[in-house]
Amino acid sequence: MSAITRANPLTAGRLPRWANLAVFAAAAVVFGVGLGLTAAAERADFPVPAFVITTVLGYLVLLVVLSRVVEGPRRARDRLMRNLVVAAFLLALTPLISLIVTVVGRGAARFDITFFTESMRNVTGEGGGVLHAVVGTLEITAAATLISVPIGLLTAIYLVEYGRGWLARAITFFVDVMTGIPSIVAGLFAFSLFLLLFGPGSRMGLSGAVALSILMIPVVVRSSEEMLKLVPRDLREASYALGVPKWRTILKVVIPTAIAGISTGVMLAIARVIGETAPLLITAGFTQSMNYDLTDGDMMSLPVFVYNSYISQGVDAQAYIDRAWAGALTLILIVMLLNLLARLVAKIFAPKLGR
Amino acid sequence: MTTASPARTAQRGVRRLGDRVFSGTAVGAGIVILLLLAAVALFLITQSIPAFTVDPEDVSILRGQSFVEYVGPLVFGTIWAALLALIVAAPLAIGIALFISHYAPRRIASVIGYVIDLLAAVPSVVYGLWGATTFAPIVRPFYVWLNENLGWFPLFAGDVSATGRTILTASLVLAVMILPIMTAICREVFLQAPRLHEEAALALGATRWEMIRMAVLPFARGGMVSAAMLALGRALGETMAVTMVLSVSGVISVELLTSTNPTTIPANIALSFPEAYGEGVNVLIATGLILFLVTFAVNALARYIVNRRSAFSGAN
Repeated sequence: MSAITRANPLTAGRLPRWANLAVFAAAAVVFGVGLGLTAAAERADFPVPAFVITTVLGYLVLLVVLSRVVEGPRRARDRLMRNLVVAAFLLALTPLISLIVTVVGRGAARFDITFFTESMRNVTGEGGGVLHAVVGTLEITAAATLISVPIGLLTAIYLVEYGRGWLARAITFFVDVMTGIPSIVAGLFAFSLFLLLFGPGSRMGLSGAVALSILMIPVVVRSSEEMLKLVPRDLREASYALGVPKWRTILKVVIPTAIAGISTGVMLAIARVIGETAPLLITAGFTQSMNYDLTDGDMMSLPVFVYNSYISQGVDAQAYIDRAWAGALTLILIVMLLNLLARLVAKIFAPKLGR
Repeated sequence: MTTASPARTAQRGVRRLGDRVFSGTAVGAGIVILLLLAAVALFLITQSIPAFTVDPEDVSILRGQSFVEYVGPLVFGTIWAALLALIVAAPLAIGIALFISHYAPRRIASVIGYVIDLLAAVPSVVYGLWGATTFAPIVRPFYVWLNENLGWFPLFAGDVSATGRTILTASLVLAVMILPIMTAICREVFLQAPRLHEEAALALGATRWEMIRMAVLPFARGGMVSAAMLALGRALGETMAVTMVLSVSGVISVELLTSTNPTTIPANIALSFPEAYGEGVNVLIATGLILFLVTFAVNALARYIVNRRSAFSGAN
């Protein structure tokens, strides 16, 4: 039956589906054997970097040449770009996977009960924990949230409900500017503010909270603004039609409708600033002891703890490195938890607008 | 007319106390933000004035150099590291964004988008720790290979650092850090490309890449540029990754693989601030002011490009 053996007209002149894989395997085998033989001849180790680079380049060149011959130049280019896009994706994925694997793997060594129930007071070798840093992080972040959420939310309400003219435009512009402030500059600002208010040597948790709220306010404004804009006009107009004043409409209709989105935004903002190191290093300083008072003396925080354990390793360097990794793991877990929580809130409490 | 006017004045006259208090508070919050930003600028400027007038011999961290001599290599290092990071990250980010928006199956694409968002939230200190202890040893063999095979090229010349903690490593870590934000913006722009143009291109027999080049990329050019600028602004201000990864010597050098590296303004502040005193603090704050101005300029340019683009994109 000639009809069966004849090529399918729709797939004629195309490379088969397994072509990519076959070409890649061929390139890997050719360069692997070639480099392996050269290395063996010179009694050297197998050159991994050369193997990776030549295999990938060889694969791309071979595939394009093959595709050009069989499929023509347009399809060859399409194939090249598709492979480059996938390669970019895989290339970007490797460091990220490596990061997660390393943090979990090396952080697990000291991720124990002692780590969360003790401070670093009088600890020079093994043992010790991050209780002081966890307390500091929680207090500083809570204070920063208390400062930024009222300011941010009210500003968003102003921009959406009242804002007209130059003032609204100026605020929008400067909130954009604030988004781009480097975290260390926020730290320098808080430092010089407290230098002016309390004199030299006044490092305290509150100063760190001010620095963090500089970074947090624009995020809160942006996300709340987006959420308030999503509230349908009909709801507001129905409320006005019933004779409800504007401020009660905002408090009782607009904000309750948007509250899920607003709290999601606030949680994401917290997740963003809770890992900030540089401003806290400058403003809150570091200490090895417990300090519950935001207004009195240096206060440790989790990111600064990680940084400090790495930068100034003591006599028993491994103990310090282990603690740094465990601290990093804790930090990542907190951030991931906040993110997941934020998404859950958004999903569960999302308003049913019934469109 | 006479009967209508009292009703109109009555309508306008009702301004309830609650309304006035509430709108007043909202305006107040907005003004607080303006004041805050003014205070940031004012404080940085007043605190950095002593740095320009001080005698270099009196300040220990200047080591006898004038302020300009001190800050020059820092500015160079900041821009150099951020540019390298951008050069590495930009093509990758565009590639990933295209993969998510036009190549990957939809279900996988949304998962990847979610993962990318999560990665944007990983604290910078964790990237720094990973870069210094894990990433640097991994890339060092590649540096040796580059140096052996392309050593004639000025960028790869010199002796390869024994630890791998060079400016190139720092920039690569920075690139990994700015990838998520750049990818997120590019993905948004690519997804906004007009569907009809894409389908028209495909219907005329264009391959997928030709469709992307004709229908998606021209539409997304402004968005891509502004994403790159925003990522650049972030890389300029990033502190911990550079501080922890780089072994610093504070020189101007374009050799990427050696152990003598330029440092960046934020990393220098983070390293020197705990030990600084007196006018030394003012000098560091002055470098912070310069950083603020540079990032401000970059961000403002990005916003300008975005706004100009949004004025024209209504054509579709």
